[in-house]
Amino acid sequence: MSLEIQVAIIVGYLVLALVIGLVAYRLTERTAEDFYLASRTVGTVVLLFTTFATLLSAFTFFAGPNLAFVNGPEWLLVMGVMDGLIFAVLWYVIGYKQWLLGQQRSYVTLGEMLGDRFGSPKLRGLVAGVSLVWLFPYVMLQQVGAGTALEALTEGAIPYAFGAGLITLFMILYVVIAGFRGIAWTDTLQGAFMLITTWVALVWIIAQVGGPSVATAELEVTAREHLALGSAYYTPQYMLSTAITIGFGVAMFPQVNQRFFAAGSKRVLKQSFALWPILCLLLFVPAFLLGAWARGLETGIDVETIEAGGNVLPLILAEFTPFWFAALVIAGAMAAMMSSSDSMLLSGSSYFTRDIYRPFVDASISARREDVIARVGVVVFAVTTFIASLYNPATLFELGDAAFSGFAQLALPVIVALYWRGTTRAGIVAGIVGSQVFYLANVFNSQLTAGIIALEGALGTVPILGTVVGGFSAPLTNLVTTVFAGTYLGWSAGLVGMGLGLLLTITVSWLTRPAPDEEQAIYFEALESD
Amino acid sequence: MQWLERIGWWVGTALFCLFGIPWFLWGDSTVVLGLPLWIWWHIGWLLLASVLFWLFAQRYWGLGVEPNWQPDGDRP
Repeated sequence: MSLEIQVAIIVGYLVLALVIGLVAYRLTERTAEDFYLASRTVGTVVLLFTTFATLLSAFTFFAGPNLAFVNGPEWLLVMGVMDGLIFAVLWYVIGYKQWLLGQQRSYVTLGEMLGDRFGSPKLRGLVAGVSLVWLFPYVMLQQVGAGTALEALTEGAIPYAFGAGLITLFMILYVVIAGFRGIAWTDTLQGAFMLITTWVALVWIIAQVGGPSVATAELEVTAREHLALGSAYYTPQYMLSTAITIGFGVAMFPQVNQRFFAAGSKRVLKQSFALWPILCLLLFVPAFLLGAWARGLETGIDVETIEAGGNVLPLILAEFTPFWFAALVIAGAMAAMMSSSDSMLLSGSSYFTRDIYRPFVDASISARREDVIARVGVVVFAVTTFIASLYNPATLFELGDAAFSGFAQLALPVIVALYWRGTTRAGIVAGIVGSQVFYLANVFNSQLTAGIIALEGALGTVPILGTVVGGFSAPLTNLVTTVFAGTYLGWSAGLVGMGLGLLLTITVSWLTRPAPDEEQAIYFEALESD
Repeated sequence: MQWLERIGWWVGTALFCLFGIPWFLWGDSTVVLGLPLWIWWHIGWLLLASVLFWLFAQRYWGLGVEPNWQPDGDRP
């Protein structure tokens, strides 16, 4: 009985999202600008919630509270600095400038904006290509989260593949039908729904426990060290590296970056900017406190279960609240995943059609055909990430963290280009390529050294060549593990890579002259008529 | 904008972000009203951020971004 009700709540929720998509469809015009950006008419509430809901992912409901359970609630501070502060500042520094440029020159993607300024379709393709490489694992991560959550909630009655598949199907339906307007509306519903369910969950559980003081006192008995700020896990370097890389990474995530173009007016941008920190506070505090307090409560949830892949939030809900409420919150968590993934699908598709397909495959494409390709792109992207998610066992956190830092590498070269006339095409390309190579080599460090050893083994079988070039693997793997060490005095490779990208962009720009077809004034003079 | 003024804005913003973490409470586990004091700092700091961002949006919006920005030239 309870299983049927749980499934009914979740399916009911999915259908509601689809209905909103259909309503939005009736307002949709058949142009790329409308499909991707709702014709740049989005108001404050919708922009705020769509950006917010897009940012929130499986992390807020699963990996985040799990970390608070295992290591303490310091993640709250990391989230505060990265989302509440750094991202808000970038909202102004990158977002407002992008919005002004988009208004004047009708840009739809970041790559388009950079390619135009630097007179380079290849740069445009590079930015889109790099973005798609990081976007793919992140969409996969959301599907993994959805499948796992449904499986855990229904105690295996809905198998992983079926749950993830169901969500993928619904997303494809409403994204293909309604485009950005549909997504923005469902996001607003999803964002509000997440906020409400999380707060009700917190109040409900705290009321049963006997108040926050009791919950904190029990945490003090079980894990006293969690109340003190900082630990061997939460070092200053770790907290700052994570906050900075993710904060900058968020601004370069295609689905977030593209929202900078979608605001209806300057006023919308201003209001969203000021309300942003409060919204972060309202959601992260209850979600992470629940995870942290769960450690001290008599729940039978132990650290081993969580470290083995269990999720603390559904477990504590099952312990303290009726099953239908737990199902509602899981539906909220799925809302978080869907509202991130739907936007990623749409933005991924726009990067592909506008920045790769159109400039390199078929420049004479008609508006009608671009519309079709954009929608086909959504389907292909969703289906391939879903298939990949069936085979990927890696934990949510590792995948997500790699994607955020990967996007973060783009941020500083872009900021330099937006604010310094002297930036050259060679400079920004060096900054982007250099930092990406550096960060990827760090992520795939062990594969790199294994490859070197395998290469020496293969060469060793060749009679003369083997003895001539043999023996290189030891010094070379040594070099690789030293240079791409993963962390540098406690600072993450992602942060060091950002510094490298900044340095390369500036020095190479200094050393080179602008190419003849660069338009250095676009980011400055074009705005003066505003 | 003058060089010094520009640097001032950047440094001020960076410091403001940096103190989203109360470094002076490092290792502290004082509990106030059921929550560790450093969590109250987090809550207060983000509320303060919201107020400051609102004031900035009222008075300085466009600073450093619009080429011909003037302190009072941007009232809608």
